[in-house]
Amino acid sequence: MWDQVTEALIGADVGATTTLELVDAARGRLRAAGGTSSADVRGALTTEIRDRLMRAGSASFELGPAPSVILFVGVNGTGKTTTIAKLAFRLRADGRTLALAAADTFRAAAVEQLRIWGDELGVAVIAQRPGADPGAVAFDAVAAAESRGLDAVLVDTAGRLQNKQQLMDELAKIRRVIAKRLPDQPRHVLLVLDATTGQNGLVQAEAFSREVGVTGIVLTKLDGTAKGGVAIAAADRLGVPVLFAGVGEEIDALAPFDPDAYVEWLFAG
Amino acid sequence: MFESLSTRLQGITERLRGKAKVTEADLDVALRDIRLALLEADVNFKVVKEFVARVRERAIGIGILTGLNPGQQIIKIVHEELVAMLGSERYHLRLDARPAVLMVVGLQGSGKTTTAAKLAVRLRREGKRPLLVAADVYRPAAVDQLVHLGDQNGVEVHTRPVGTPALEIARSGYEAARGRGVDVMILDTAGRLHVDEAMMDELVRIVGIVTPSETLLVVDAMTGQEAVRVASAFHARLPVTGLVLTKMDGDARGGAALSIRAATGLPIAFLGTGERTDALDAFHPDRLAQRILGMGDILSFVERVQDNVDQAEAEKATRRLLENRFTLEDFRSQLTQIKKMGPIGQLLQMVPGAGDMAGAAQEAVDSGQMRRIEAIIDSMTPDERRRPDIIKASRRRRIALGSGTSTAEVNRLLKQFVEMQRLMKSLSGGKLPRLGGGLGALLGR
Repeated sequence: MWDQVTEALIGADVGATTTLELVDAARGRLRAAGGTSSADVRGALTTEIRDRLMRAGSASFELGPAPSVILFVGVNGTGKTTTIAKLAFRLRADGRTLALAAADTFRAAAVEQLRIWGDELGVAVIAQRPGADPGAVAFDAVAAAESRGLDAVLVDTAGRLQNKQQLMDELAKIRRVIAKRLPDQPRHVLLVLDATTGQNGLVQAEAFSREVGVTGIVLTKLDGTAKGGVAIAAADRLGVPVLFAGVGEEIDALAPFDPDAYVEWLFAG
Repeated sequence: MFESLSTRLQGITERLRGKAKVTEADLDVALRDIRLALLEADVNFKVVKEFVARVRERAIGIGILTGLNPGQQIIKIVHEELVAMLGSERYHLRLDARPAVLMVVGLQGSGKTTTAAKLAVRLRREGKRPLLVAADVYRPAAVDQLVHLGDQNGVEVHTRPVGTPALEIARSGYEAARGRGVDVMILDTAGRLHVDEAMMDELVRIVGIVTPSETLLVVDAMTGQEAVRVASAFHARLPVTGLVLTKMDGDARGGAALSIRAATGLPIAFLGTGERTDALDAFHPDRLAQRILGMGDILSFVERVQDNVDQAEAEKATRRLLENRFTLEDFRSQLTQIKKMGPIGQLLQMVPGAGDMAGAAQEAVDSGQMRRIEAIIDSMTPDERRRPDIIKASRRRRIALGSGTSTAEVNRLLKQFVEMQRLMKSLSGGKLPRLGGGLGALLGR
């Protein structure tokens, strides 16, 4: 039984080290409480994983008083731009006023991609020419949010590998530029993590948190067979909650992250 | 990326080296550590299980525990099994049809569009005429992205108006390629989940229309345990011929590559090593195997140098070097050439024994130190560059001011340059510095 759950967790990208910790803790729990059935084992593990996911506090996303600057960060190809469109759709449905900031000035056509979403959602997109200083775009966006009295501005940034110090410095600068204009901002720094990612996800979480202070995680591409188990260690290590789950390509395919449902699905095979 | 994995494996097996006797318990401890190292590197757990079982079986089978130098033999088995997993032959694209079709497929965000552009640039460098065909009709602005990349690199891109189905784009792209005398049509497809039946069917139908000579599966090097399932699913539905591993310039340990090889037997054709369109390296399993053995990848290094260095320029520098007339001017033009070769850290990784230097050198570039050196040299007069010994205090102040640095930095550069001249003098005298230390130590000599 223990071998089986250990394999299930490792197969879900929870990571060998974290899995061994979880299994040890669950064993201890069962020794104290008694119980040896497979339901007991699964129950003990479920509790352990939930504890780790919840240790950082509640997983509900509060926009906070206007304006809220939300900075999206992550490595290349995790789905930052798509997640911004989805979150904008959610916030619009709640009647919030928004702007999107195209601070990914590096990837070819990233600005166009955000513009297309903005048009579709009827949300203003703040952009400059490709290759422009992303800090300047972020500054413009924050200024616009203030002058137009918007509830929130969602800032898209270029994907970057966390071991490229120069690019990480650039990201830290974007953050500083925002904070200079509006102290206490960005209120949210969301790390977009691809559920297909293996143990490097933990390295990503630590590096982005060190540079720009991640406040929450969005776990994307959960509509495939990948389980994204590395998010458990990442949330625990950073002490931040997983806030949203990306579950499809449709604009409404972003769900608030539900730890209970997630853990159940983790063992569902 | 495989470096940290191979370093860990070396550390584990190192403990066995020199042991006159290895007990079964010793072997178990080593195998347990190897299992953990592979799992933390994202090698699929089933693949790890088989790998460890094979090593164990061989170790016991040939009576290693009682034989001579047991530690050494276990190291040898581990390396042999790793190399066997990677394969030994370099994969060459087969693009004989005219036009030949090369299709790239994969999950969302794996890097297909960037890879398509890189392949076009590479094929053109080999003298072929490529045509990029933009059949990702789902992601907003994916077509624009390919068009931009094509424009930037002077490669033709075939597009159809928004709303045209992917099949129709593939068909019209193929006709355009045939009509225009294109050698290779590179078909960029939309990212899709391997479990999305409708989307996988679309690819199968596209294959039916254009009959690709090569279908490359693009896989993110950071992929976890899913890699096997994803690759197997694409492989089962499509005539996949090889893999492209992207984002290899990150710090992922790349276990996905080992898993996919083990599960599908597909060859790794290329590695994506950066955001620039020339950052696509052919994959040489034999060289990687050597690298795992700590020998460095000197062949890839030489290739990279040959691709980028201006031969005449290099010969001039060498001559001046030998004549001991190497000046700051030559040094400046060498810096420019090195920069053309891409990230210096990556470059040094390939050089035997220089692995430790790689991080420091890359740090120097990233922190802008390289740029500062260039600025200092640029702020000198031609005379000063040729005869740095004339640079006294007041010239130093002027150079520091002109380059936006400090006199301390100018001093440091001048001192380093004198050091370098001395080193070069000894080089030209036939005394080569010893680089192979790592290898010797590894082979236990």
